[in-house]
Amino acid sequence: MRQFIQNTHFDFMGKKKTAWIISGVLIAIALLSIVIRGLNLGVDFTGGYTIQAAYETAPDLNLVRSSLGDAGFEEAVVQNFGSSTEILIRMAPQPGASNVEVSNQVEAALQPSSEQAITIQRVEFVGPQVGEELREKGGMAILLALVGIIIYIWFRFEKKFSVGSVAALVHDVILTVGIFSLFQVEFDLTILAAILAVIGYSLNDTIVVFDRIRENFRTMRSGTPAEVMNASINQTLSRTLVTSFTTLLVLLSLFFLGGKIINGFALALIIGVVVGTYSSIFVASTAVLALGITKEELMPVEKEGADLESTP
Amino acid sequence: MTNTNPLWKVLLLAGVLIIGILFALPNVFGSDPAVQVSSSREPTLSPDLVATVKSALANAGFTGLEYREDNDRLLTIFENEDDQLRGRDAIREVTDAGETNVALNLVSGSPGWLRSFAEPMYLGLDLRGGVHFLMDVDMDAAIASSEERYVSDWKRVVRGEKIRGTNIQYRDGQLTARFRGQEDRDRMLQNFSSNAPELFFTPRDEGEFFFIDASLSEAAEREERTGALQQNIVTLRNRINELGVAEPVIQQQGLDRIVVQLPGVQDPAKAREILGATATLEYRLVYGSEADWAAADQGGPVPPDARLYHRRGSGAPVLLQREIIVTGDQIKGASAGIDQQSGSPAVFVNLDGAGARSMLEVTEVNVGNPMAVVYIEKKKFTNLVDGEEVEETRDIEEVISVATINDVLSHRFQTTGLTANEAADISLLLRSGALKAPIQIVEERTVGPNLGKDNIRQGFMSALVGLAIVVIFMSFYYRVFGMIAGAALVINVILIVAVLSAPGLQATLTLPGIAGIVLTTGMAVDANVLIFERIREELRAGAAVQAAINAGYDKAFTTIADANITTLIAAVVLFSMGTGSIKGFAITLCIGILTSMFTAIFGSRVIVNALFGNRRLSTLPI
Repeated sequence: MRQFIQNTHFDFMGKKKTAWIISGVLIAIALLSIVIRGLNLGVDFTGGYTIQAAYETAPDLNLVRSSLGDAGFEEAVVQNFGSSTEILIRMAPQPGASNVEVSNQVEAALQPSSEQAITIQRVEFVGPQVGEELREKGGMAILLALVGIIIYIWFRFEKKFSVGSVAALVHDVILTVGIFSLFQVEFDLTILAAILAVIGYSLNDTIVVFDRIRENFRTMRSGTPAEVMNASINQTLSRTLVTSFTTLLVLLSLFFLGGKIINGFALALIIGVVVGTYSSIFVASTAVLALGITKEELMPVEKEGADLESTP
Repeated sequence: MTNTNPLWKVLLLAGVLIIGILFALPNVFGSDPAVQVSSSREPTLSPDLVATVKSALANAGFTGLEYREDNDRLLTIFENEDDQLRGRDAIREVTDAGETNVALNLVSGSPGWLRSFAEPMYLGLDLRGGVHFLMDVDMDAAIASSEERYVSDWKRVVRGEKIRGTNIQYRDGQLTARFRGQEDRDRMLQNFSSNAPELFFTPRDEGEFFFIDASLSEAAEREERTGALQQNIVTLRNRINELGVAEPVIQQQGLDRIVVQLPGVQDPAKAREILGATATLEYRLVYGSEADWAAADQGGPVPPDARLYHRRGSGAPVLLQREIIVTGDQIKGASAGIDQQSGSPAVFVNLDGAGARSMLEVTEVNVGNPMAVVYIEKKKFTNLVDGEEVEETRDIEEVISVATINDVLSHRFQTTGLTANEAADISLLLRSGALKAPIQIVEERTVGPNLGKDNIRQGFMSALVGLAIVVIFMSFYYRVFGMIAGAALVINVILIVAVLSAPGLQATLTLPGIAGIVLTTGMAVDANVLIFERIREELRAGAAVQAAINAGYDKAFTTIADANITTLIAAVVLFSMGTGSIKGFAITLCIGILTSMFTAIFGSRVIVNALFGNRRLSTLPI
């Protein structure tokens, strides 16, 4: 057997205080950043325009800015995107003009900034109204996912487990969003989708640990809850790390090879996987422990679990 | 404990794999550029049209082209995109834009036997290139304009009945008629309500006046709304057909929105203009003399049965009769061309019965008098009022031509005064019908064809590399069992692609969708990792080899199911709340979770059993 981690006996529950302090500080930083710096929301949520244009040779960005300014788009943000020959223009919805005209005018305005042919690669326009709806819908989606998951875990495990898993999920979501806020990475719809996937992924990890905790509560004759939990986490540690590792491998491939558009998406997932792995070990179980889980509480579930395990 | 495979399990895995490969196969062949020709009026394609198209292409120098004839369309397959564009232009030259739709399309490049049952995945706009529009339909405007119609109806009735001192107006969603006498009011209430049962009437007395208030009943208003939306969808469909787009998507979304998706559109700017355009024409008689016009323009009184307009370009004032001879609605056909006499661009207009009758009646008695053509366009603006964004519609009405009526006109005539481009656009708009309610593009996502290709290439590459690294790592870490997991993973990807390509499912692959496949490959091995770790634990605890395999699969099952179901919950929420390309991510994630349960648990077990089952082994290569 090739094994990186074998028969570990880390005292994870004993590190509860340290883990909580670390998580507490990180969450505080994340929340502070979200409150003070806010999120660099993309046009999906703010409304506005994103226009990506490709030139044959690298354009002079100042020239592009000035020709856009001449056309009346002074506040347009122009930057390189991916390579020096591609640019990304971002601007707010334009009052006093129809949306159709703005797109066409910007495209026309880009032409004088260069002698060469310009290809408009991408235009995204989101009206302020739609942006607001997407924002509401997005927040709603995260809430709904959390509620659905709480109900499922409650039903399959026990109330304290459901609280523990949600504590881990909220932890993961806050930290991932916090990093996007701290580094002001653009937060658009795909990032929101990635965060929902992070919720799913992080939970995946947590459930594997919970499943083992439940099993060990039933099979281990002796031991305090803390000891049972430590044993469970140690037993599943190899799996937790291998799965996180393979998932990180594909996400790194997506990040480096998947193209600029999918970058933020891959980044959110990478952060989520790292944070999710940590939280399934240090947050979910310690929260359940702190809520005072006892063997007796798992007894009724034992019967249900036995029933299900008889199905292949 | 022998771990042998019952025959049905082997057959099931082999069967699923074969079907999966067959349905995934068309994606290997990819797509070829094609031009699609179909008739806009007839459900089937006439043999004449087919012959015309083929000879036009032969004349343009194309030889050995592949043609595919479906029941309602002719597809011509080209070698490359340049030929495709050249071919389209050649076909357009010999066909009538109003009669025949000529559009660019992509068709499956797989051989005929495969094509008969399997298609490649339907690529989303971000991979294929194209435009996505979300349009807001201004329903209130549609309701207002339909309620406003009653004003002139009622005025005509009241005039006919010679009732004096009435005032009829429409304001803030309410029709109001004011009468001096109660008897008149009651008589008219009877008259109005019997002619318009769809209105809801309330009589009201106030001071010395007697009123009738009316507005559309709730049911009628609902009907009006659905009607307006449907009418708009029909009009948009007509316009899109005129633009030459194959396989457009035009769908209602919610109560007052329309989604339009145009794959592979070459000129998004044109699409934006044409789809949202409200331009139409109106014909009116000219009122008074040049002196009257100037006086009215300087602020003088405008006569009650006239309206003040300005000429396009010069901006010179002109008074026109309030009464309209022909409105845009009555124009049934239009085409752009050149006026034989002046050589300037012209729109040749065809009127319907009512329009032609009205035109005939008016021109019969007005030969020698001038008639004007008014160009009307509704434009929507977003304005900032006290920091709030407020939408505002402005009507642009310009007189594009004033000409003396030389002859009695009826069905067919021509209008000049526009540029060649405008003539082409307005004839397209008149042909495809007016929008019942003004629309505004509230969301647009355009992806150019080059970026789409980049997205496919990069997405595909990252998926391939990700898959390869995971297979290599698993083979290293779990040796033969890792290779089995790798095989299960490859089968999983084939199955995801097969399900996405399955006919009737209509799933769309998007760039986030590819990311979903990539993510699934990373997560799908989790099931195998769980199983393998269990087997290792059992082995360490001293279990016999076959018992360890069995226990590993058994004990890991509930864990895998629980873990996957929760991810599925998140994916389903994402699917129901998400839009467009995000939906694509949710779909591949859902499919990937389900297929991975099959391949990682069932599939890998069959392979493990075949390799290691029913044998006396003291160790396992795990």
